Amino acid sequence: MIVKQRAYEAKEALLMPALYAAQREHGWMSPEAMKSVARALDLPPATVKGFATFYDMFRKKPVGKHVIQLCTNVTCILSGSEDLLSMLSDKFGIAPNETTTDGRFSLVAMECIGACGTAPAMIVNTDFYENLTKESIFSILENYK
Amino acid sequence: MNILLKHIEYPESTELKGYCESGGYKALSKALDMKPSDIVDEVRRSGLRGRGGAGFPAGMKWTIASMDPKKPKYLICNADEGEPGTFKDKPILEKNPHLLIEGMAISAYAIGAEYGYIYLRGEYPEAKEILEKAIIDSYAAGYLGDNILGKGFKFHLFVYFGAGAYICGEETAMIESLQGKRGQPRIKPPFPVNEGFLAKPTVINNVETFANIPYLVEVGAYAYMKIGTPESPGPKLFSVSGSVNKPGVYELPMGTTLREIIYEHCGGIKDGKKLKAVIPGGVSTPIMTADTLDCPMDFVNLPKYGSMLGSGGLIVFDETADLRKVCLRITEFFEHESCGKCTPCREGVGWLSSILKRMCSGEGKPEDVELLLEISKNILGKCFCALGDGAAIVVQGFVNNFRPEMEGRAGAQA
Repeated sequence: MIVKQRAYEAKEALLMPALYAAQREHGWMSPEAMKSVARALDLPPATVKGFATFYDMFRKKPVGKHVIQLCTNVTCILSGSEDLLSMLSDKFGIAPNETTTDGRFSLVAMECIGACGTAPAMIVNTDFYENLTKESIFSILENYK
Repeated sequence: MNILLKHIEYPESTELKGYCESGGYKALSKALDMKPSDIVDEVRRSGLRGRGGAGFPAGMKWTIASMDPKKPKYLICNADEGEPGTFKDKPILEKNPHLLIEGMAISAYAIGAEYGYIYLRGEYPEAKEILEKAIIDSYAAGYLGDNILGKGFKFHLFVYFGAGAYICGEETAMIESLQGKRGQPRIKPPFPVNEGFLAKPTVINNVETFANIPYLVEVGAYAYMKIGTPESPGPKLFSVSGSVNKPGVYELPMGTTLREIIYEHCGGIKDGKKLKAVIPGGVSTPIMTADTLDCPMDFVNLPKYGSMLGSGGLIVFDETADLRKVCLRITEFFEHESCGKCTPCREGVGWLSSILKRMCSGEGKPEDVELLLEISKNILGKCFCALGDGAAIVVQGFVNNFRPEMEGRAGAQA
């Protein structure tokens, strides 16, 4: 793909996309995933680890099959996202940053995801859901088996 | 007002064909027949101020970068829209990607940049898909590439997908991140216009700033300045959320009053409740009281009312809002997002949030409010970047404007 090839113009700008690729393959930032990126880009492993652990979206531990990322910033809490978060915690028996024992869901309390006009909102994996209600949130999650 | 969001009304606005049919890429063609320095002059004359939050004159950035003899030069679009309450760039990124590409191509030509990056926040995966497709289509149609529109101008554009660090919206942290480092701000000077990406002259502008460029080039500085106010010309995107009937993104002239935005465009306060407070430009701008409704929303007037335009992301609070809790949530956000480089921010903001936490849980001490002010004073102006400052002025704003409630003396607690 034309864009991907040209992105190699500046080698420095490769670490982030490389880590994303590794995470897609390994599911999280496992030591092996970080080592493979370090090898591929010829960077010290410590540099890669220092970078990966700085950014929230690189997972520091294994996650479930589906990651529920519910926004808990100002506008979303004004619209009831704290209630939604505790409902999800109760239903799945996990606190934020934990994974269900069957590995189906991980729950993450997110900072602002830029959906304040349609709050409360969440991202499941990479799918956006807005104007959530106590009813709709569970029917949406039914689709993630 | 319909300049930045104009194309969105057309069907298939994300597609190259739809964009061109509604007048897109005409400005690029016009620009490539102009001298680069004439475009820079035009932008400087227009008085266009950066739409990311600080309001720095775009023409001045461009002038300095274009005069720097170092090569190559880089162009970066700040699409790391992470400021809570802000979602104004999203309609451009997701529904009008070619407006951004056209604005960047013109800017690149003006300053002499051959490579550009769009630093997009990791929380906008849909925008990534849309932008990447738009870029591929633009290459195919000759709006990007080695010989744009056959006029010998070369510009290559890439999407760089962030990974959830708010601090990377700060321009020097963004450059660090783009260079494969932790997103920690650099000391300034040198400024990015002289030593930015790979230590080369780099212009970084916000999505909305670039989106202003095609129109500005098309009509010229003189016509552009007729919109808005003399000190803050042009159209502005306001993203409004919270307790209003019609939240959303509104394109209005700079200087539109808070009253007009809330009561005319957003249909007033939800459920007929009373307005209590407004955060005017994302959570790092100080909260304002309900009696400031006549304030014109622009870079010059908001400071007179004790706040700032910031990103233009308004959060509206009705009479039932528990502002102490809101203040805690905002402070926790800054604590979480502090990069950890400067001690006053790393330690101070965490201290602020632990005090607010005990105040909210009923374990506060009588001297806590004063302590908040004291700590804020010791963060302000003592760090590399403005993140800690944001936390400090926000806490000060809550205390100064809503002191009885912050002290737990008012009734409005949830």
